[in-house]
Amino acid sequence: MTVRYTKDHEWVRVEGTTATVGITDYAQGQLGDVVYVEVPEVGRKLEQGKEAAVVESVKAASEVYAPISGQVTAANGDLAGEPARVNNDAMGQGWFFKMTVANPKELDALMDEAQYKAYVEGLG
Amino acid sequence: MTDPTLLKTPLHSLHVALGARMVPFAGYDMPVQYPTGIVTEHLHTRAAAGLFDVSHMGQLRLDGAGAAAALERLVPGEIQALKPQRMRYTLLTEESGGILDDLMVTNMGDHLFVVVNAACKAEDTAHMKRALEPAIKVTPLPERALIALQGPEAAAVLARLAPAVGAMPFMSVKAETLEGAACLVSRSGYTGEDGFEISVPAEAAERLTRRLLRESEVKPIGLGARDTLRLEAGLCLYGHDIDRSTTPVEADLAFALGKRRREQGGFLGAATILRQLREGVARKRVGIKPEGRAPAREGTEILDAGGTVIGKVTSGGFGPSVDGPIAMGYVASAHAAPGTALSLMVRGTPRPARVVTLPFAPHRYYRG
Repeated sequence: MTVRYTKDHEWVRVEGTTATVGITDYAQGQLGDVVYVEVPEVGRKLEQGKEAAVVESVKAASEVYAPISGQVTAANGDLAGEPARVNNDAMGQGWFFKMTVANPKELDALMDEAQYKAYVEGLG
Repeated sequence: MTDPTLLKTPLHSLHVALGARMVPFAGYDMPVQYPTGIVTEHLHTRAAAGLFDVSHMGQLRLDGAGAAAALERLVPGEIQALKPQRMRYTLLTEESGGILDDLMVTNMGDHLFVVVNAACKAEDTAHMKRALEPAIKVTPLPERALIALQGPEAAAVLARLAPAVGAMPFMSVKAETLEGAACLVSRSGYTGEDGFEISVPAEAAERLTRRLLRESEVKPIGLGARDTLRLEAGLCLYGHDIDRSTTPVEADLAFALGKRRREQGGFLGAATILRQLREGVARKRVGIKPEGRAPAREGTEILDAGGTVIGKVTSGGFGPSVDGPIAMGYVASAHAAPGTALSLMVRGTPRPARVVTLPFAPHRYYRG
């Protein structure tokens, strides 16, 4: 199992041939209360760095980008009724969608946990 | 790092000590939320009492014989008939009929006390000085802070410091000594709840705020919840729902036009505004309830049933007490009736919505 992070504060956990994607705990903390999440439909092809989902806090809407390229295999339907899961468990029950891994090499460009931690600390 | 050019209110260090997230707003470094977050702060204000720092707003006094009549040249509100110790919501208008700012005017007996929006205060002051001086002296009061205590428990809490405030009618003011400081207390606010706004000398602001925060019902509330509370209450935010391109009639603020003023005019923009009162307007500000859960933000295009663009959202987001998305915006008058079906273009997809009667959350002002 590998977890990688993007500079836009998405996480991607790869287990076998499937990747699960969400936003980081730092991101949910910055957003504040999440009130609406729009996840991609199953089957949609995503391209690394392109828009994949939307997360809305009380204050604003933010785009969630695909951390890697691939095809959506599942979306977290529970977030529609309980978007606060993103706040309460960003790395667990607050996952956004699952996808295939079209090009494993794309993961190499992402940060590991230590790198992401240092990156976030650098943001002050 | 904080922008060093940002101004700080007298409560700035208290906000930081309380763990607030500070953001730039109208040139000030202001708390947008405290650690509990906007939804909790919003619901707390509706359930108990919230304390807001609104010291960034502009406080002024107008001195001179005939100040009320003079100010009436700049606002369409009835100021001359305002009784002593009473306050009124009104608008600074310009020749085109557009709105320069919305404000509160209080008759203090020997002068008028005025509170204007933070982002407008420099221009408002200059505008009033140009139009009113030298006969009427316009004096900004930067040495005064302003805090708001809002919510159903606000009166019980403040009455512990000054028992007489509990009986104050809505939109009245009273001079009170709070924590040893000479304050001006008004029964007013921007949340739709009962509550008070307290003009306090800057040097006493933190002492009074800390005293109020010691009461179990009171929590500090940031600008984020202030915005969701006022949107649920259907209240306009200057620079968003009203500005120089909107008139009081279009903005559905005709209640702020005094009866005598409608007959006599005599204020900037009267020609346009009185004509609009007689003949109607092409567009109107309305409440909009999106169906489903997706918020429609400021700037969202509003379409009619046939797909034609008929307006734009001017304030939109999530209402914690409504527990869903809410919005206000301008629509062509033919589509302004409550119940009218609309679409909101959110991220390229039209989503169903309806015109609704404001407010979204009932006003609970103290009427005695």
